[in-house]
Amino acid sequence: MDTQKAKMAEHFINAIPHCKALNMKLTQIGNGKASMELPYDSKIVGDPETGVLHGGAVSALMDTCCGAAAMCHPSSPSGTATIDLRIDYMRAATPGQAVRTTAECYRITKSVAFVRATAVDDDEQRPVATATGAFTVERK
Amino acid sequence: MARKRPEPVQVVKQRRDAALNALVHGVPYINFLGIEFERRGDELTAILPFDDKLIGNPMLPAIHGGVTAGFLETTAVIGLAWSGLWDDIESGRLSMERLSEGHLPRMPKTIDFTVDYLRSGLPRDAYARARVNRSGRRYASVHVEAWQDQRNVLFAQATGHFLMPSQDD
Repeated sequence: MDTQKAKMAEHFINAIPHCKALNMKLTQIGNGKASMELPYDSKIVGDPETGVLHGGAVSALMDTCCGAAAMCHPSSPSGTATIDLRIDYMRAATPGQAVRTTAECYRITKSVAFVRATAVDDDEQRPVATATGAFTVERK
Repeated sequence: MARKRPEPVQVVKQRRDAALNALVHGVPYINFLGIEFERRGDELTAILPFDDKLIGNPMLPAIHGGVTAGFLETTAVIGLAWSGLWDDIESGRLSMERLSEGHLPRMPKTIDFTVDYLRSGLPRDAYARARVNRSGRRYASVHVEAWQDQRNVLFAQATGHFLMPSQDD
């Protein structure tokens, strides 16, 4: 399908300085769906006593992944920006484990892309966090 | 009966700043983003100095939405913890020795956090202030505003709900 669009989105995501600083990896992209991974790193810990990652790092992962899903939707002309993003934290991510998230752009209009995402660690049955957001659809 | 003499101002300030410093600099993620806090009495302003690693869109360039979210969440959590600790800091009940050894008080946990992105974050320093709208025994609701050059021109705002650390453990 739209492999060129996916390639472009992939290129764009991999060039983001903040994602590089967090060692985020794009693992899958195409057709309004994207998956990304955030490796565990002690420098982004939010609770030094337990070693649990900070919510902000999970936010960055989910925001990027949701943006990638919006960008690679077949009806999306190109870039996107976050209008709003809500994150629900279900539990602490297990220290030492990577956080992986999958986002889906489930509806897109001429102006707005609606996206949702779920984040898990090694225990995939119990989500770490979920996100829902609205993203801009840039005019050509 | 003579009234107790107020403590010297330096002692009061030193205790407040030591508590704030321990709260902020004990968290690796806060240091990673480079967030600092300025204090006037009990009012806190969070500062995010611009850095290249905070960029989300290199073409514009603009601050990453996740950085904005992390900055606002940090402002909310520190603001909430700070307002809860204030009485203990003032009375001296909070042990500064334990704090400086890295024994942080238990922090509120984020239940949910919603960020409104009002305009793109420019490659400049950003500032934020939190307002605790409700803080009960178990839950709290906090609103945060963030701006860059002009205080009245917000680039983001957020509301979050938090689970307060339980009193008995």
